[in-house]
Amino acid sequence: MASTDFAAGDARSRRAYAEAREPAVPAEPEAKSWSNLHAPDARSASAASVPIAAGGRALKIFLRNPNAMFGVVFLSLVVLAALLAPVLYPADPLSMVARPFLWPGQNPAFPLGTDSMGRDVLSGILHGARISLFVGLVATALGLSFGILVGATAGYFSGWIDDLLVRLIEIFQTIPSFVLLVVMVAIAQPTAPVVTVAIAVITWPTVARLTRAEFRAIREKDFVMAARSLGYGHARIIFREILPNALPPLIVTSSVMVATAILMESALSFMGLGDPNVVSWGSMIGAGRELIRTAWYLTALPGLAIVFTVLALNLIGDGLNDALNPRFSQER
Amino acid sequence: MSTLTRIGRTFRRTAIQAVPTVLGIVILNFFLLQLAPGDAADVMAGEAGSATVETMAALRERFGLDNPLLVQLFNYLYNLAHFSLGFSPRYGMPVADLIGQRLPGTLLLMAVALTIAIALGLVLGSLMAVFSGRLPDRLLSVVSLLFYSIPGFWIGLMLIVLFSVKLGWLPSGGSGTIGSNLTGLAGIWDKARYMILPALSLALFYVAIYARLTRAAMLEVQSQDYVRTAAAKGLSPTVITIRHVLRNALIPITTMAGMHVGGMLGGAVVVETVYSWPGLGRLAFEAVMGRDFTVLLGILLLSSLLVIVANATVDLLHAWLDPRIGVR
Repeated sequence: MASTDFAAGDARSRRAYAEAREPAVPAEPEAKSWSNLHAPDARSASAASVPIAAGGRALKIFLRNPNAMFGVVFLSLVVLAALLAPVLYPADPLSMVARPFLWPGQNPAFPLGTDSMGRDVLSGILHGARISLFVGLVATALGLSFGILVGATAGYFSGWIDDLLVRLIEIFQTIPSFVLLVVMVAIAQPTAPVVTVAIAVITWPTVARLTRAEFRAIREKDFVMAARSLGYGHARIIFREILPNALPPLIVTSSVMVATAILMESALSFMGLGDPNVVSWGSMIGAGRELIRTAWYLTALPGLAIVFTVLALNLIGDGLNDALNPRFSQER
Repeated sequence: MSTLTRIGRTFRRTAIQAVPTVLGIVILNFFLLQLAPGDAADVMAGEAGSATVETMAALRERFGLDNPLLVQLFNYLYNLAHFSLGFSPRYGMPVADLIGQRLPGTLLLMAVALTIAIALGLVLGSLMAVFSGRLPDRLLSVVSLLFYSIPGFWIGLMLIVLFSVKLGWLPSGGSGTIGSNLTGLAGIWDKARYMILPALSLALFYVAIYARLTRAAMLEVQSQDYVRTAAAKGLSPTVITIRHVLRNALIPITTMAGMHVGGMLGGAVVVETVYSWPGLGRLAFEAVMGRDFTVLLGILLLSSLLVIVANATVDLLHAWLDPRIGVR
């Protein structure tokens, strides 16, 4: 098994090297033990095993990527909007402030107009950034922690623990995740924490699967054996030796997870399963939907906020992938 | 090894692997049902308008709700084994019948959306791979990333604004003209007109995935020896791309298509809500609004089974297509 791994790794690195148009990074010695594991997803396949770039160099590549920089700038604007919303618009965004159905640009005091109840659309979008980012970040943090814990346990120990956890992951990956999300939120009450935890529940299996693949590949390396022979405990080997080396693909995944979580939250609140006391982009679209024939801007504007925020996160994810994953960036 | 043995072997392996997954999903389903506020007796009492403590107890005894949890789980499994998913008091019919009514609509929508997504994705991905690294590739990557970032329900609404409200070309919802008795070609055309927008909204996200996947797979295949041989024997680049590269790049794409059935079911819930398409997703939405948990969990269970069937089908398809698979 090991020998085929080596052969496959060699062939791949040679090909990647030959294809490189610009002088690429010389293949690192540990690149030899790339596994020939074929993960089903293109993204996880790319991330299944990669040489770890030096932090500074990766950062430089990332900063030189115009797409990723656009993502960073736009995301910073969204974060700024979320932070400044209570300062710029201290009033409740759900309160009525002007006459209804002002179109964008009609009244300079309300640059994006007002909705059917006379609520300020711009204030709603700025305040909506808060809940979207909150749910996106917290759900990702929860999903990542749990997924890493399960995936690391399964990948490190193997044996019956691995079998059991893989079954669990498989069950969660088989159930259509959005349907499960709807069921969970409908059973519990739709509040922001419930939505966040529910999104974490459906996203952890992806992380677990990825972490497990990484751990299985890294577990066999010499430095792990060295750590073992030094008598380090399991916890120390998992968290101090293997995990830092498994991080690059997890970092890439986490930016995409935030994007997915924001999309899921907006879809839930569009369907009326969001927190009713908090204004969110999805619920604004849901409310504007009834008036789509007469006032389509009420649907279009919050949707654009979602599209650009998610696009920014995906661009950052792509940039991170290119920076942390030199082999695959040649192929893309 | 003959194709038939290979398929038979794959079928056996897939079936054995599916059993614990199905069991796990059923048990998870049962406990979610237990967590739901109120039981069947509460629902019935609510529908009846009034109930005494004694009638409630009698109802619970009749439905076996006063039994210990394990006995209830056993009963649930027993009912499932007889294809009974429970009874919906709201619709006044068995959940299995209700789902059976709505399933074909969703399956049709998903099949059309998947076809659109794969066709468009293959075209975009091939273009990207052919122009790899140059301007068309870069532009198309940004476009596909944009498709990847747009929520399905929002693009659905925007398509309604453009094609139904502004241009008036296509209907904004439903699944056929009410009261029309169109048959033959006219009937199919009528259905197709109602199908285009929802299928497109559902497909857009997957177009992006297939385009990127096709691109990566084609670039990988391009460096294989048999492609070099084809070029050496003087085949034109178009023939090489279509016959040698694209065909071999299809295998990872079919794998993904099987995995996307679950995601598409989730997308269908939202898209069907937007277009009031009479499918499973719309039923799920109505069940949420009516707090009809028996129906909701029935849908969850059935859609999970659908995913398992889809994955098994893809496995079998691979065993048939790719002689290397049965060897393992």
